[in-house]
Amino acid sequence: MADRPYLDVTGLSRHFDISDPFLARVVSGGRKRVLTAVDDVSFSIAKGQTYALVGESGSGKSTIARMIVGLERPDSGRILIDGQTAFDEAGGQAQDDHLRQKLQMVFQSPYSSLNPRWRVGDILMEPIKAFGLISERGAQRRRVDELLEQVGLSSPDAARFPHEFSGGQRQRISIARALASNPQFIVCDEPTSALDVSVQAQVLNLLKQLQRDLQLTYLFISHDMAVVRVMAHRIGVLKDGRLVEENEAGKLIESPQQPYTRMLMESTPRFAGGVG
Amino acid sequence: MTAPLLDVRDLSVEFPLRRQRLQALDGISFSLEAGEVLGFVGESGAGKSLTGAAIMGLLEPPGRITAGTIALQGRRIEDDAASVRGGEIGMIFQDPLTSLNPLRTVGDQLVETIQLHLGLSGEAAEARAIELLEEVGIDPERRSAFPHEFSGGMRQRIVIALALAPEPKLIIADEPTTALDVSIQAQVLALLRRLCKERGAAVILITHDMGVIAETTDRVAVLYAGRLVEEGPTADVIAAPRHPYTAGLMASTPNLDAVSVDTVLPQIPGSMPGLTALPSGCRFHPRCGDAMAECARIAPEFADGVACHKYSAVGSMKGKGASNGG
Repeated sequence: MADRPYLDVTGLSRHFDISDPFLARVVSGGRKRVLTAVDDVSFSIAKGQTYALVGESGSGKSTIARMIVGLERPDSGRILIDGQTAFDEAGGQAQDDHLRQKLQMVFQSPYSSLNPRWRVGDILMEPIKAFGLISERGAQRRRVDELLEQVGLSSPDAARFPHEFSGGQRQRISIARALASNPQFIVCDEPTSALDVSVQAQVLNLLKQLQRDLQLTYLFISHDMAVVRVMAHRIGVLKDGRLVEENEAGKLIESPQQPYTRMLMESTPRFAGGVG
Repeated sequence: MTAPLLDVRDLSVEFPLRRQRLQALDGISFSLEAGEVLGFVGESGAGKSLTGAAIMGLLEPPGRITAGTIALQGRRIEDDAASVRGGEIGMIFQDPLTSLNPLRTVGDQLVETIQLHLGLSGEAAEARAIELLEEVGIDPERRSAFPHEFSGGMRQRIVIALALAPEPKLIIADEPTTALDVSIQAQVLALLRRLCKERGAAVILITHDMGVIAETTDRVAVLYAGRLVEEGPTADVIAAPRHPYTAGLMASTPNLDAVSVDTVLPQIPGSMPGLTALPSGCRFHPRCGDAMAECARIAPEFADGVACHKYSAVGSMKGKGASNGG
């Protein structure tokens, strides 16, 4: 148990066909063109830890996140979650509810990832009902209240609609929804890049506190080196779909080996004398 | 003493609604010298973009300037911004794709702008366009290409060339690099700063990123809920922020050199109020750790670079006697 990583990804690849349509190719004599979005990426995350993938737009970081939660099908490679096969080249994608329940995702934009026509209570209730976690209605409601409190909201908020909340509060609702199925592993895809800095700090601190309280494992996707430094135990740097460098977070920041990592760090705007 | 390049006094902007009037900017004053880079920083809704739009005369109706003056080299422009827009004052927006014409080549767009504002002949304008493209680091051979054929960073360079083409005295750049990757952001900001310094053009740089402010600007103005809360030389404000909001904003920004996975980031509780529910007195007091009894009642005057009762007579008088109400 101690040695087995919670998430284990080996040789993950994903190509996208970006050729012109078949007829257009026939007419113009064009060739098939393939974009390699993710190229032979392997990494693993220990239980209760945060692994961050950093990279610029187009580096493949969101594609990796989507493949791990099963929103996108890898072309090759293998994904093991808690020892269970989530994807295997030979066996294909696992459609196992038990596995689905263990992993959740928090998306970048809290404006487009919450159904505007649903009350917050219903949004949080859905995973509970879908996985059949609690059947008694009173207990369901108590669970919703508990979730809201866990993310710093209160039980009357269950009756309100997403548009009544600020961006930061909406991201708290997204986090509560992710927690509703009692997951062990959450993929956070740029969870704070749509938020203002003062609110970003609140959400980052909340994610860290939840990790401690619930022993959660995170895959944290970001383009911001400083945010990643606050969140991650290990960091992987992606460039053009390849993992160019990977290390324990402190070591990677203190002595980056690759010129690309160094360049990313140097271009991160910073100010001297800031409070840590 | 000559008049400053840009002088804004007590600028207020309101949006009248059926039942109430939303005061989006409340008494903003600042001035700017030639060649200076002034940063406006604050969170979404603080009024930083609105300040830029008000100067350019680009307020969306029914928003309007209700008080205050805007003077460019001593000449009042608040009622006639159209005369300076695009000529004496250039503008750079966040998304370069929306500010370029997708149906015309970048060369055509540059030549048109140059001819319109500088009155040069076709050939001279063409030569000037080539110079400008070289200056912003784009191969002039590509002037017959369309905007969609360039990457985001290249497009923003073209927008900078367009803004500089009429030889403006002031450029207002509203989040010019927010849509770009960090590595490209650093290049574009350095380019903008260098080209404006060389020409003696002043820049108003609007951003939400304290790091961008620290690396690019000479002076910084911090806005909160439509009011100016602190203003001063960037180095001074960064080294010793005086307003509790500025201090909170900086503390909550993760700093690559100073944080680790064990860091708990200092956070400002709550979020910025909307314009329909502005608190009384100082608009920051419900979120402020240093709030005193006065703060909820009296709006602090902006004096000596900061608007906070901690530094005013009211604060120092009452602050001693009053017990901390929490």
